[in-house]
Amino acid sequence: MSVREHVAPEAIELSHEEIKRYSRHLIMPEVGMKGQRKLKAASVLLVGTGGLGSPLGMYLAAAGVGRIGLVDYDVVDESNLQRQIIHGTRDVGRPKLESAKERMLDINPHIQIDTYETLLTSENALEILEPYDVIVDGTDNFPTRYLVNDACVLLGKPNVYGSIFRFEGQASVFDASQGPCYRCLFPEPPPPGLVPSCAEGGVLGVLPGTIGAIQATETIKIILGIGETLVGRLLLYDALKMSFSFVKLRKNPECPVCGEHPTLTELIDYEQFCGMPAHDQTAFASEAEELVPTISVEEVKAKLEAGEDFILLDVREPHEWEIVDLDVATHHIPKGQVLEHLGELDTAREIIVYCKMGGRSADVVRLLREHGYTRVKNMAGGINEWAARIDPRLPIY
Amino acid sequence: MAQIRIPTPLRPYVDGNEHVTVTGETVGEALKDLVHQYPELEPHLFNNGQLRSFVNVFIGEEDIRYLDGVETAIDEDTQLVIIPSIAGGSTDTY
Repeated sequence: MSVREHVAPEAIELSHEEIKRYSRHLIMPEVGMKGQRKLKAASVLLVGTGGLGSPLGMYLAAAGVGRIGLVDYDVVDESNLQRQIIHGTRDVGRPKLESAKERMLDINPHIQIDTYETLLTSENALEILEPYDVIVDGTDNFPTRYLVNDACVLLGKPNVYGSIFRFEGQASVFDASQGPCYRCLFPEPPPPGLVPSCAEGGVLGVLPGTIGAIQATETIKIILGIGETLVGRLLLYDALKMSFSFVKLRKNPECPVCGEHPTLTELIDYEQFCGMPAHDQTAFASEAEELVPTISVEEVKAKLEAGEDFILLDVREPHEWEIVDLDVATHHIPKGQVLEHLGELDTAREIIVYCKMGGRSADVVRLLREHGYTRVKNMAGGINEWAARIDPRLPIY
Repeated sequence: MAQIRIPTPLRPYVDGNEHVTVTGETVGEALKDLVHQYPELEPHLFNNGQLRSFVNVFIGEEDIRYLDGVETAIDEDTQLVIIPSIAGGSTDTY
């Protein structure tokens, strides 16, 4: 990683190659040579190179933003490719930073890419963000979103926000020097128990493309100083309705970080603040699992082979049964309907509960124990673990 | 009667409905009616009877925090919107 000194746009030269490359920008008076020099002189940090980071990285590279920093620690997984179009099938298993940097430099070799293969933390955030003009939040979890927001407010930098869920997206520009910050809208995160599980999760693959492209647009407008940005407005996008709507955002005078009397003047422990880990929801799921009696997939297989009497209870949603199902006799009751179907579950028999990865089933084990079931256990790792360790014929999703 | 638009993350608790029709003369009464109709939604909106701080309720484009909060008067044509706090990204939740 190398950081270039900030250069005044007037001092920036565009080569003949660059002039040809950017000609569709240059012939618009709103951009022109002056604007294209601003883009080349500008620096943007992308936090995350996943769903939102993919279109962001590609469009900002193509637009000629002179220096783009990328923060990510993850490797490319097959399940990313449905939406993270900066990475390809041949990149599976590679660090996302490597494949994103390669793709961006292929689009535009005239730019500089800085890479930070790390988690963004309270310890490193200010140092990583400081050398950039604009910060773009393409993260996937609450602790990192609050961290990015607070660091931007403390450093006085604009934070181009985007977030997605299923078919809905949000975008805004949080710039505390001109308007509200993320905390003005969301003073605190939802408690961990109210964060959607994968039964409610998922995302339309195109959605981060739409929202990421909006974030890229706002970033370029901020650099060029043209148009009206989303400062003070929150864009709400509904892909199913194909509707865009806006609400007004105001600066909260009592905001703890950007208000009139800020109480938060340095970065805090964001995992503790949010009550959840920043980097891996499955680790959080594992913690939840540890609090209930568990059984390994190997032990379940041994019990089946021994012909032991027990109920194998699948608490996933019906559309998940169609993705993959165990080829042994199982009882299906979606998590949300377990209480209504208690009559089907004999308290005297042993019950082993599973879901996709073990999180929802741990909740059901806890619920059943509250209702007098004593012989109930959670199958650790869920059906994905079964597919990985017991029956490789089954797909993992 | 007034309508409340339910965001995707909360729809599992309202039988998947996008809109719920509610009664009440204030935002607070409308929300109370909503959770009365769908009790599973209550912990997502209220904590000890108070609207949770991450729950954003708008009338049109306006945040009720900058109107009269839960006391804001509504009529039968009012469209309330709940704006969820979403973090995704990847949504690799459990």
